[in-house]
Amino acid sequence: MISKFITGLFKHIDSVLLACILFAMLVGLLVLFSASGQQLSRVSAQMINMAVALVAMWAVANVQPQHIERIAIPAYILGVLLLIAVALFGDISHGARRWLNIGITKIQPSELLKLAAPIMLAWYFSKRESNLTALDFIIGAVILMVPVLLIMKQPDLGTAMLVTASGFYVIFLAGLSWRFILGGVVLVGALSPIFWSLLHDYQRRRIEILIDPTQDPLGSGYHIIQSTIAIGSGGVAGKGWLNGTQTQLDFLPERTTDFIFAVFGEEFGLIGNILLLTLFAIIIGRGFYIASQAKSTFSRLLAGSIAMTFFTYCFVNMGMVSGILPVVGVPLPLISYGGTSMLTLGLGFGLLMSIQTHKKLVAAG
Amino acid sequence: MAYSAELRNHLNEQHNFRVRLTIAALLALIAFGALGLRFYYLQIQRHDYYHTLAESNRISIVPISPNRGLILDRNGIVLAHNFFVYTLEVTPSKVSNMDTTIANLSELVEISMVDLKRFKKLKAESHSFESVPIRTHLNEIEAAKFAVNRYRFPGVELKSRLYRHYPQGKLGTHAIGYISRINEKDLAKLKEDNVISNYKGTDHIGKGGVEQAYERELHGSTGFQQVEINADGKAVRVLSSAAPTSGNNVVLSIDAKLQAIAEKAFGDRRGSLVAIQPSTGEVLGFVSMPTFDPNLFVDGIDYDNWNALNNSIDKPLINRTLKGIYPPGSTFKPFVALAGLEAGKREPPYSIQDAGYFTLPNSRHRYRDWKPSGHGSVDMRKAITISCDTFFYGLAMELGIERLTDFVRHFGFGQKTGLDIHGEVSGLLPTPEWKKRRFKQPWYMGETVIVGIGQGYTLVTPMQLAYATATLANQGTAIRPHIVNAVVNSKTNVVTPIARTVLDKLNLKSQNLDIVKAGMVDVTLPGGTAASVGANAGYSIAAKTGTAQVIGIKQNEKYNEHSINERHRDHALFIAYAPAEAPKIALAVIVENGGHGGSAAGPIARKVMDYYLLGKEPAEEIAPNAVVPPPNSPANNAAETHAEEEHYD
Repeated sequence: MISKFITGLFKHIDSVLLACILFAMLVGLLVLFSASGQQLSRVSAQMINMAVALVAMWAVANVQPQHIERIAIPAYILGVLLLIAVALFGDISHGARRWLNIGITKIQPSELLKLAAPIMLAWYFSKRESNLTALDFIIGAVILMVPVLLIMKQPDLGTAMLVTASGFYVIFLAGLSWRFILGGVVLVGALSPIFWSLLHDYQRRRIEILIDPTQDPLGSGYHIIQSTIAIGSGGVAGKGWLNGTQTQLDFLPERTTDFIFAVFGEEFGLIGNILLLTLFAIIIGRGFYIASQAKSTFSRLLAGSIAMTFFTYCFVNMGMVSGILPVVGVPLPLISYGGTSMLTLGLGFGLLMSIQTHKKLVAAG
Repeated sequence: MAYSAELRNHLNEQHNFRVRLTIAALLALIAFGALGLRFYYLQIQRHDYYHTLAESNRISIVPISPNRGLILDRNGIVLAHNFFVYTLEVTPSKVSNMDTTIANLSELVEISMVDLKRFKKLKAESHSFESVPIRTHLNEIEAAKFAVNRYRFPGVELKSRLYRHYPQGKLGTHAIGYISRINEKDLAKLKEDNVISNYKGTDHIGKGGVEQAYERELHGSTGFQQVEINADGKAVRVLSSAAPTSGNNVVLSIDAKLQAIAEKAFGDRRGSLVAIQPSTGEVLGFVSMPTFDPNLFVDGIDYDNWNALNNSIDKPLINRTLKGIYPPGSTFKPFVALAGLEAGKREPPYSIQDAGYFTLPNSRHRYRDWKPSGHGSVDMRKAITISCDTFFYGLAMELGIERLTDFVRHFGFGQKTGLDIHGEVSGLLPTPEWKKRRFKQPWYMGETVIVGIGQGYTLVTPMQLAYATATLANQGTAIRPHIVNAVVNSKTNVVTPIARTVLDKLNLKSQNLDIVKAGMVDVTLPGGTAASVGANAGYSIAAKTGTAQVIGIKQNEKYNEHSINERHRDHALFIAYAPAEAPKIALAVIVENGGHGGSAAGPIARKVMDYYLLGKEPAEEIAPNAVVPPPNSPANNAAETHAEEEHYD
């Protein structure tokens, strides 16, 4: 009875993904312990975040993809409305309006859009499946750009970029014509001066400093300089857990959140970095596999988008910490401290598992 | 058909999706590959570089400056020492608004105009990243007040610094020197000497006197602490350390009490005194008046004090003893006398009939004696005693300039004495070659004549005069003079005495020495030019008075001390050694514009000798700058009987 109950409990859990996720979480806790100056309170808080994320994952995994399809429109509309509410009534902190106080707690609606936007687009393109025209892609672009513009206005470049990416992956996988893509690249190139002029000063500065961090070694360049020093000084085998001097002596800024990868790179070296890259690659690969095996267009598009978005997280974060991408506020998935991003990840993995484990049902249906 | 079309569509769509998915996977793979390459580049190719950067981030070398050695007088009286004081220091580069910071700061602790001026001067002289004191010597309450409000003042720090202090104030500053902040010139010198690394963490360096000359002994060696620091620059732990070694203590030959008595005896007058122990070369007193308070320089001197010192007409900053050059006047005569005697000239019973002037053969120019009526019959001994110019005019002419200068050079004239502190000048002993080089003119006989009485081109420093006197007292054996007697190793307490160095040794006939000595002893006896100085001494003093002209007196013009500007009055000179039969002290005194050597400079010498030989200290009620001697003093009694010495020798 009990074993049957347990089997039932894990019926919709993808064991490969789960193993990788748990392993990554374990690594994350170890690195966080080191990065936080060996504060167990930080680690236990993160364990709660992880537990919540895992429960959310389990719950979503048990929901059929069809049911998810059904909430696509309400979730999207809710998300956009919340973003508008943020723009109107949001709390300002650090010069940005990102949070909405809903009485019991503060929420960050932009985070919701990371999933709501691709779900909405996947739903739209699955509905239009066989007769996709150029108009569909324009409508898709509009669906995506509404929340993205609202997020950019906050401003939150990192999240806007990730939402754009997650939506774009759906459109791309849905079969957006190469001509459009090439045209888009040309258009972005042509519009980049205008885009540049729309950026906030600090955002421009970040891009300038990426090109030459020594411009401002004590200001905005400091993050990149210190994180590359941390990674570079780690060498092949790293300085050892809890022994990273850049980390332990506070030279690394934001080392429990966005720059936690520098802690990892310093203490575990190139070997650790390659192993972590491999672990992420397996998760992404598993996501691709689930997408390729999915039986409905909605599932396919959504699974592919989630896998690619997860990849984007990893790439953008490690790229910025190692100094090849500008500093945008993107955490390292499963490793960086933070409840919201962990929950979003849990929901995303839950969606992947749902798609993977409800295939037969779909096929039968 | 419709079904199959839909199926085909579906399959087609699935195929397209797989193509797209493969492309996405490839892109992801390429991106991860790029990251891998980036890690390889950072962690293997550039590892050494980043390793170095990380190490320099975390490791800081903190110099620990050593305690500067003490300076003590010959009896152990402290002349320079160190103590801890709280200072408030500002690092200009870390302060955004200097004026506001200073304004807010002065609400907490008092910052005077003097502090502010000094701060501005130091700030202008320092780099912006160096911390500059704005207030020194904070008391406990002020320090605590600032500590509580520290967070309000980024870039302002409370430091505890070891400060140099000269407890005797102005006493002997020209001998002791002082320390002040290292400037660009000092830095260049330290670099040149390859000792710059030993000065990390040291802000001050010796300037002048023993502080400068014995800088290497006094400074000690800087210790280092290799500390691990965090991003805030706070030391987390010490990785390794090497303790500093304190500077060695320096014991002077100077007798602080003697020095004080001498300085007091000068009063407001300008001048110099050097007292030497003839047999050892130990400098017992080294006076240059006026002197100044070296403590002013330790914090960095403020504008007002600096201007006052630098622009004073009395030039207190000039070390007269080493740099002041004066015509020796009649104090030169004993040396000329010895030159003559050693050359076989003027041996007793030779004497002249002095009519009050001397003329060269075939010339009508009169070289006048200080006594217009002449001294009558004068032999060598009397010539010294009464300072007969006529006698020495003739002797100098007969000796000739070369023979004369060659001889007296053995007494150190015209060259540095080799004293162990810096800045000495060599004076001038004129020769025909020198004149040719300097003026492209031939030497005239008349110039030889006036060298015989210490006039003309001849110039001496007070140090040289004292050295020559000590050499004479030491019967022609010249000992290198030194202000430092010994260096005491701070670690081992091993005392390294400064070696006694014989610089020159003249084989003088004792009967010649005896004649000169007898003449000099007579100087301080009734009938001599400084009879008042020797009166009631209780020991015999061999001495010679001298007067050096400040302005030229024309032929047939009469010098009147009272009718001319005080600054144009003659300099008073006096040399002496005592006790004459076994000299323990030799000295030279110059009182600028003091008039006559016997009355102005002699009493100062007497006070010093009384202290040194008899342990007698001048009574406190005697005002140090009183020119008038107290009743019952030997000077008063003598003045009556030897009125002539009041005029001119």
